Amino acid sequence: MVEFASTRDTYGKVLVEIGRSDRNVVVLDADLSVSTKTCLFGKEFPDRFFDMGVAEQDMMSTAAGLAACGKIVFASTFAVFGSGRAWDQVRISIAYTRSNVKIVVTHGGITTGEDGATHQANEDLAIMRAIPNMTVIVPSDAIETENVIRNLVKEYGPAYVRLSRLSTPVINQSREYGFKIGKGIILKPGNDITIIATGIMVYHAMVASDELAKEGISARVVNMHTIKPLDRQLVIQCAQETGAVVTAEEHSIIGGLGGAVAEVLVENSPVPMVRVGMKDMFGESGAPKELLEKYGLTSPDIVKAAKSAMKRK
Amino acid sequence: MQMEKKIKELEEKAKVVRRHIVEMIGRCGSGHPGGSLSAADILTVLYFHKMRHNPGLPKWEERDRFVLSKGHAAPVLYAVLAEAGYFPKSYLKTLRQIGSSLQGHVDMLSLPGIEMSTGSLGQGFSAANGMALAARLDKKNYRVYVMVGDGESQEGQIWEAAMTAGHYKLDNLTVIVDHNKYQIDGKVEEIKGIQPIADKWRAFRFNVIDGMNGHDIKAIIKALDEAERHKGKPTVIVAETVKGKGVSFMENRPKDFHGKAPTKEEVLKALEELI
Repeated sequence: MVEFASTRDTYGKVLVEIGRSDRNVVVLDADLSVSTKTCLFGKEFPDRFFDMGVAEQDMMSTAAGLAACGKIVFASTFAVFGSGRAWDQVRISIAYTRSNVKIVVTHGGITTGEDGATHQANEDLAIMRAIPNMTVIVPSDAIETENVIRNLVKEYGPAYVRLSRLSTPVINQSREYGFKIGKGIILKPGNDITIIATGIMVYHAMVASDELAKEGISARVVNMHTIKPLDRQLVIQCAQETGAVVTAEEHSIIGGLGGAVAEVLVENSPVPMVRVGMKDMFGESGAPKELLEKYGLTSPDIVKAAKSAMKRK
Repeated sequence: MQMEKKIKELEEKAKVVRRHIVEMIGRCGSGHPGGSLSAADILTVLYFHKMRHNPGLPKWEERDRFVLSKGHAAPVLYAVLAEAGYFPKSYLKTLRQIGSSLQGHVDMLSLPGIEMSTGSLGQGFSAANGMALAARLDKKNYRVYVMVGDGESQEGQIWEAAMTAGHYKLDNLTVIVDHNKYQIDGKVEEIKGIQPIADKWRAFRFNVIDGMNGHDIKAIIKALDEAERHKGKPTVIVAETVKGKGVSFMENRPKDFHGKAPTKEEVLKALEELI
């Protein structure tokens, strides 16, 4: 029986706990605090919570100003707005200045669902990854979300963290599994191929690996929670040890995890590779599960991709 | 009498600042002289009279902050910071050169005294709001000054930020609009008019000081003092300025000298006027 938990609920709760122990933590939101769960922080610490209204660009630069005065700033909204709408502000006010601002967004990817294409961030990892100084993280589950948020408070500098709208399958049994920003985790050993996944696709990769095992294929699974800085060493090691790679992400196949892994492999250790993710297209309204199936983001899609990559070995 | 002497000193200082601006832009062959010269008197008053700051301790927590939201006017800020002693004046010779701390648009990580990196218009104002909010959180008395351009006022973010400052009643914030009437493509009112400026700011819940002569030291001091005294609302000072102020041929051709450096001959001519 798979357990589900919400990454954004966890974010909201952890933020309150961090707020209790560190008076320097300030939280900003852009009229989505009920959805992003920063409202919990706002309720307990009204003085240190600023709802900037529907003004994401203003929010990002304001966050930089607060950070310039020593604050640890969390700025939250939906992924589409926190990345795309305010990209220039993130680039100049936050990243160029290496400000201590943590952009934690929810509603990443196509599982945002019924709101449709305008609200489904399928390009955010690509455009955030392109910005110098920026750390980009997609936690694989709620437990990892807590690790990410607590680690970010200790590590100075800008970061972009993408969470989900839905409750997602829990992969990690406890918080003690050696989480470290920038270090991928081998969740399951395997010798024939490596599935490198991020976010909710880590779960689907585990299911795919089980399916492949039934056919005698030993598929390694890597949880690549940090897209940037990418764990290049682990990517190269997996390519060399298993000879083929599939990437899986709830994001466009352009520029995200697949893009980042391809860049490393092509320059260091080229092996057959297939990217599972949104094709170069917009999504649409629908139930998240239906959308994942329609746009090829399920474990059977990963199985198919793995077989295709292995054929080219 | 004391005040008259002070004003005279500030006028002289502004002239030195203008000389730096013309020389450094002339030397490197690119930059924005017009909008730097229009802001010279205001920045001179801020850094040599109004603001509490310590060039020896650029990160002093109690300092007043100045954010140049119109980041392309970098030379005027470099000139006052060098004159104030934040870094050696010899640095001014390196403007826009590779490896220099004096970037084309100000970079807070490369030079002491720069409070926020700007250049993409609209962002500095929001950042200044963040600093004013931080002062309130930390119960500190410092003030935050931010200069925005009139062309910059066409940016949507300026009005997002104005709404924030008004909503949060940031009376520790003073906004100064450098109303020099020109932008790159021509006259602001012809490109995309921003009038009525004062009414706009009033509608955004600001205390408005309108029509200040941005080249009259006494008027600048008076307006900044008045802004500081006003409680319960942020204050905006609409400074009436002249693009290229202090250099006759730039004043006469403001559009040409928005983003164009003077030639060697023009630099010499300008310096003659700035004695």
